[in-house]
Amino acid sequence: MLRLEKRPSPSQAWNYATPVLAVLLTMIAGGILFAILGKNPFEAIRLIFWDPLFSEQFGSYSRPQLLIKAGPLILIACGLAIGFRAGIWNIGAEGQYIVGALCAAAVALWFFPAESVLVFPLMIVAGALGGWAWAMIPAILKTRFNTNEILVSLLLVYVAEKLLAAAATGFLRNPDGAGFPGSRNINQYPSAANLELIPNTGLHWGGVAAFAAVLFTYVMLQRHILGFHVRLAGQAPRAARFAGVAPARLVLICLGLGGAFAGMAGMFEVAGPARLISIDFNAGYGFTAIIVAFLGRLHPVGIVLAGLLLALTYIGGELAQFMLSIPAAAIQVFQGMLLFFLLALDVLSNYRIRLALPGRTSEAK
Amino acid sequence: MDIGAINPVFLIASLMVAATPILLAALGELVVEKAGVLNLGVEGIMIMGAVTGFAAAVTTGNAWLGMLAAIGAGALLALVFAVLTQVLMANQVASGLALTLFGLGLSALVGQGFVGATPPRTEKLTFGPLTDLPVVGPILFNQDPLVYVSLALVAGIWWWLKSTRGGRILRAVGENHDSAHALGYKVRRVRILAILFGGACAGLGGAYLSLIRVPQWTEGMTTGAGWIALALVVFAAWRPGRALLGAYLFGGIMVLQLNLQAAGFRIPVEYLAMSPYIITILVLVLMSSNRGRTSLSAPGSLGRSFHAAG
Amino acid sequence: MKRRHLLATSAAALGLASLGTVARAQSPLKVGFIYIGPPGDFGWTYAHDQSRLAAQAHFGSAVETFYVDNVPEGPDSERVMTQMALSGASMIFATSFGYGPAMNATAARFPDIAFEHATGYLQEHPNVSLYNARFYEGRAVIGTIAGRMTTSNKVGYIASFPIPEVIMGINSAYLHAKKVNPNVEFSVVWVYTWFDPAQEAAAAEALIEQGCDIIMQHTDSTAPLTVCQQRGALGFGQASDMTQFAPDVHLTAIIDNWTPYYIKRIQERLDGTWTAGNVWNGIAEDEVTFAPFNPRIPAEVQAEATAMIEAIRTGAYHPFTGPINRQDGTPWLAEGEVADDGTLLGMNFYIEGVTGEIPG
Repeated sequence: MLRLEKRPSPSQAWNYATPVLAVLLTMIAGGILFAILGKNPFEAIRLIFWDPLFSEQFGSYSRPQLLIKAGPLILIACGLAIGFRAGIWNIGAEGQYIVGALCAAAVALWFFPAESVLVFPLMIVAGALGGWAWAMIPAILKTRFNTNEILVSLLLVYVAEKLLAAAATGFLRNPDGAGFPGSRNINQYPSAANLELIPNTGLHWGGVAAFAAVLFTYVMLQRHILGFHVRLAGQAPRAARFAGVAPARLVLICLGLGGAFAGMAGMFEVAGPARLISIDFNAGYGFTAIIVAFLGRLHPVGIVLAGLLLALTYIGGELAQFMLSIPAAAIQVFQGMLLFFLLALDVLSNYRIRLALPGRTSEAK
Repeated sequence: MDIGAINPVFLIASLMVAATPILLAALGELVVEKAGVLNLGVEGIMIMGAVTGFAAAVTTGNAWLGMLAAIGAGALLALVFAVLTQVLMANQVASGLALTLFGLGLSALVGQGFVGATPPRTEKLTFGPLTDLPVVGPILFNQDPLVYVSLALVAGIWWWLKSTRGGRILRAVGENHDSAHALGYKVRRVRILAILFGGACAGLGGAYLSLIRVPQWTEGMTTGAGWIALALVVFAAWRPGRALLGAYLFGGIMVLQLNLQAAGFRIPVEYLAMSPYIITILVLVLMSSNRGRTSLSAPGSLGRSFHAAG
Repeated sequence: MKRRHLLATSAAALGLASLGTVARAQSPLKVGFIYIGPPGDFGWTYAHDQSRLAAQAHFGSAVETFYVDNVPEGPDSERVMTQMALSGASMIFATSFGYGPAMNATAARFPDIAFEHATGYLQEHPNVSLYNARFYEGRAVIGTIAGRMTTSNKVGYIASFPIPEVIMGINSAYLHAKKVNPNVEFSVVWVYTWFDPAQEAAAAEALIEQGCDIIMQHTDSTAPLTVCQQRGALGFGQASDMTQFAPDVHLTAIIDNWTPYYIKRIQERLDGTWTAGNVWNGIAEDEVTFAPFNPRIPAEVQAEATAMIEAIRTGAYHPFTGPINRQDGTPWLAEGEVADDGTLLGMNFYIEGVTGEIPG
């Protein structure tokens, strides 16, 4: 009989080995899946993992795209990780992302067509405030009325989506757009545009913000008293109360930070790669960021790696889709499998597998 | 237009139909969360149930076999989640999300051979003279079988949780898994069984969509019903009767706003589309703020991994 | 090293392009398609994919078509299009309105590739072409049939989003139902989604409950038709022939037929005569076709519908011919005046007689 025995402290070796092992296992399982679909498994795996990074044909374009795709995921995930560590479940980052984008777009369109260096910073503030405010709804409802934040933040995602549709067809619609839905192209408005800082690197202000968020999260969690409170509240809620952590304040701060980061990510996206507000502006980043946060073990450095890995599967997956006519659904299954393997193997970092033979006395009871 | 243009009997009858898939999934997830496990993979399980039920029904020509297949598929997918979280101690939130992703993709692949197929019909049940009764007739005595199943499930789960030993053990496990373990209860086994039950219910809910409500198979056809079901469990404060109320409230508002539009009421439509979600939140706030003594909080061990020491 | 690499790649691409048709004849022309949904949706994307397959069959080995489905609008679509371009595609079709900004941005970087955007309006570069179908012509025909076939004089319309394309459809259907039946009323329900079978079914039920006996839809699933079949209301298929889902009540369907356009444009690309255009085809070019009429439509109504189709085909009749007023009573088209394409494409008003308001 196999038994799991908790390690006294997590194994560093396994910490590094499990992601590699998980990727390998996914390649094998994914290969089998593609073979069943009648596609060449080796080519498919190569297209997903290798080509975006090293291909002659695509690499120079795909590599920067990794940063473009991973940037918002990392930014949002950092904000979420702080809350998750404290046991505060913000499932509504998608909604906060949308509202942040809407606020930032509104600011940009308010100023249009005036050119000013103030526009972009104001947009960032507006985006952060918008996301923060949207996250304050579940926060206040939780602290005042003890309403569960999972429910409220999740339902508010739907509300935000309807708000987005109303904006794209109504109050933010481009007056010069001949009645078509969608806002003005913000990326073409110089004061507001979120352009690449260094050409062909994929680094725009959103990427900078993501790095800043990583640093901020790291410093906060490891060095700041607030971070200590967060970690304590997550691991030992009673002890946290005795240590003087005010639960309400923690909820407000964690949800607020998560909302602000998500709102900023929305702002950088709408002023950058997405270019404008449209009915389908949101692409699920808020939910994918939850996955990134957990895959990164709620640690900023892990989040960066997890974000890049997930971005790789998206970009490589697209390549595989049109080079080999693989349906999008197969890539989704592939990503699901990768996550399963990562999660399954993670156990080895914290637990040791022991063989317990019947009849042998166990060491501790 | 006059308010009389909207027939309340019809509204209630149709909201029951609209609410049934999410009610089924919510009931299953309620049991799972009562045992202390948070399964965010409901959406993935529902859609796998939808496609499996559809495929089985079309292949065998029997809708009931389809339902059974959906239950099986739901339980199977839930088993993956159970192994990950209960045996391998993986994080529940991430595992559930991975399950959703996996389920959505797999269902699309499986369903590719069944696009455009027509499933065998399921007739609404009628109860003879009872069906012709003025108000209760259409509401209670002329629904399709799964509506009755969902109502029976509400009653059954309520009774089981409250009055049986099994229910009490499950609640104990959910409240404090360490104490339950100390008392000798098999925490892992209870949770795995609960997870399988939850998966079976979600699968059935999905099959309801693809075999009765729509009925057709298309990729992504659950359009977030699983997430609504999750929200409903919280709304229900983990009580089956409240889950029924919540599902009918949500379904009712959705149906009502469509009816208001159809009857010609002049209301800002784009905000009307948000109303089911906002009203659900408001009602929840009202209910939460009224509570003094009665516990509205989640089962104590919800979301935390259990590992028996020693 | 990266910059040199990029220059080398683009130089190679330019070099290839400058070889012209001679090089193309040696290897198959690669044509890429981006879809917003899955080909199995039996609606919008299905129709595009069917036409792609027809074009592929037509050209055989001279052309190699491929597609990516479920591509979200925004940066993902831009990346997919760019990757298609880098992989050697000579022509890219983007089949949803929202791909516009991304397509134009990509077109700027690949001036030698032909970009075709369905139902869009942005043409910021000379290699971006627009194409659309005059669905309002189809709506005119089904509006006529609905006007004749309704006994309750209430027609239900399940609308998705308040955008010009949808409003145009409502106006055209209403106008023609009213012409043959002055007592007809339209009841419009906005569901704010292109695809949500459960909600569409609920909308159809609500409309039927309110007395509508014919349902039209501008959403993509077959759910409303199934409800119609169950409740005995009549309906029309959307984008493809949906008879099999509601054999008794499916009167006909507006079918999107992109095949003639795709074949024409791909041929032009093969011949080297492709230039960007802005094309809005309809019945005349076979882009809007109809499913076989349900036998329960009386012979004289079928004849009336067929006559209208012919009149539109020859250009003798334009569905939006005056006198037509706006909903508030102000005149829009004078007697005999025909609507211009620009107004139609930006249509954000109801015509006189339609009750209710456009949201937003």
